Amino acid sequence: MSEISQAAIPPISGRRRRTDNTMRGLLLVATLVALVPLVLIIYYLLYKGLSSWSSSFFTTDPNGEFFGNPGGVRSAILGTLEIVALATLISVPIGIGVALYLTEYGKQSWFANLVRYFIDVMTGVPSIVFGLFIYIVLVLGKVGGTGFAGWKGSVALALLMLPIVTRSSEVVLLLVPGSLREAALALGAPRWRVVTRIVLPTARTGLVTGSLLAIARGMGETAPLLFTTAGAFAVTANLNQQMNALPLQIYNDILSPRAVVVSRAWGAALTLVALVLILNLVARAVSRRSSMA
Amino acid sequence: MEASAPPVAGGRSTLGRSPLSRLPDQILQVGLTVLAAGILVLLAYFFIRLIGESTDALSKFGLSFVFGNDWDVSRLTFHGAPLVFGTIVTSVIALIIGVPIAVATALFLTELCPRRARGPLSMLVDLLAAVPSVVYGLWGVFVLIPRLLPAEKWVASTFSFIPFIGGPVSGPNYFIAGLILAIMILPIVSAISREVIATVPPEHKEAALALGATRWEMIRMSVLPYARPGITGGAMLGLGRAIGETIAVVLVIGDAPVIGHSIFSQGYSLAAVIANEFGEAAATPIHSSALFAAGLVLFVLTLIVNIFARWFVARGLRNQRGTGGTGVSVAAKPAGDAT
Repeated sequence: MSEISQAAIPPISGRRRRTDNTMRGLLLVATLVALVPLVLIIYYLLYKGLSSWSSSFFTTDPNGEFFGNPGGVRSAILGTLEIVALATLISVPIGIGVALYLTEYGKQSWFANLVRYFIDVMTGVPSIVFGLFIYIVLVLGKVGGTGFAGWKGSVALALLMLPIVTRSSEVVLLLVPGSLREAALALGAPRWRVVTRIVLPTARTGLVTGSLLAIARGMGETAPLLFTTAGAFAVTANLNQQMNALPLQIYNDILSPRAVVVSRAWGAALTLVALVLILNLVARAVSRRSSMA
Repeated sequence: MEASAPPVAGGRSTLGRSPLSRLPDQILQVGLTVLAAGILVLLAYFFIRLIGESTDALSKFGLSFVFGNDWDVSRLTFHGAPLVFGTIVTSVIALIIGVPIAVATALFLTELCPRRARGPLSMLVDLLAAVPSVVYGLWGVFVLIPRLLPAEKWVASTFSFIPFIGGPVSGPNYFIAGLILAIMILPIVSAISREVIATVPPEHKEAALALGATRWEMIRMSVLPYARPGITGGAMLGLGRAIGETIAVVLVIGDAPVIGHSIFSQGYSLAAVIANEFGEAAATPIHSSALFAAGLVLFVLTLIVNIFARWFVARGLRNQRGTGGTGVSVAAKPAGDAT
């Protein structure tokens, strides 16, 4: 076989083979180059961040003093969790609701396509602009008390997470077989039962994945919180007060001239990246287990 | 049985569901529609409020808010050309560095990579998008800026004959900001390119190979021409990200409101100025109005770029998917970027 084909096909000229090899090599090198920043960032995070991790790092609050021990990041971690939890409570139900409208009712109507288009546009809006929106409407407008508050940060993050939830939910809802819906309707189930008992449970794992990815995205955002939550030192469970959050803490610590504080920034960054990566990995694990997506 | 049940509205429902039991259905439908409409109304409201807050600055400075070169907080003069310039320069640097690498990565992963390594490698590239921007800023300030300074100085003195390269090198500068942006847009450009390249019909590739093309010739002659619109769209989505990126840029661009003479000069960007001067501006109405106006310019700029990008991506994917498939995959990509 091989003798015949070798006889039939003239060999590729040296120049063409060299070009081919060079270009293949370049593509491989580019891929490796693309991975260099990830490796470097993870290396530096571990190298500089792990050393600042200690039990007091996680159990004390930053104190803002100019000398001595700057304190840990407890309030930042708790603040991030609180703000993101509220943002999730806002964005996930609304996001899935809009996705349900698009797949179950709007379908390809002009209005549904308009909504789809603007949801897409929202994914491209810079996060700082969402921060400005909320600053103008809620902070300048002094809604629910004066000035900055944790829940306003949650609203800004929710705006940012909403398009991610909607778009990923729409994809998985479309994967629910139409025959399932038709079967339920044929058995006499009203529309709302079809949605709540058939469509949503079938798409559940996919919806969870999309929401987790949106949470991971919201968790790392700094700019919207800057204008809405503004930062604080102490732990607070009151979402109507200024709150601390990990990204805010890191941002403020970077600007500090003190080495101890900068080292706290590395530790906080390692914490934040660990949280985001865990969410991403969980999301992947969930989506892998699901039978559909 | 000629006398069947009396015709009901719609002609079916012989089961005669009572109006009361149909109520939840209508509530659900109306509720979800109102929800979807609410999003649009909300966006419009935000946009109008943003315009409202910017009018003070825009009416005072007019077109020179964008084209005039004089941003001086102490004299309350806000002509934002240095900001627009910085935004454009850093984004262009990001595209020049990021897009070729992203497309090459996509080509390698889809066309050359052994099947086994494809999944893990794609995941690693996607993970770049999971790193929060403040962490990129931290890394840029304390690793990239000091480590790259000698190399930048060498380049600036060796290639000083090239315009915009020579001259003094400052620590934080346009190039560092562009480099970080390049890393940040890499995952999205690469992900969309991968997706578009995957839609190239196998017949095109097989035809090229059957005619005796090498792998690279196959990529150059059948893959790239087919995938070009989609890759362009992906690059433009990356551009949108680069224009709007705030926190990483504000930390490494130097925050000097001047038009730099070389890519190694300090500068400023639209997003950076908002984050940086926001605190002090709160006390001065015209200053905060100027920052809102900067936000408005930023918003409109990203809007235009994104609209074109969606159009290109839609064109790139249409052949394969029918309608309505765009953006879905973009938003659903794991580890969406953190700005």
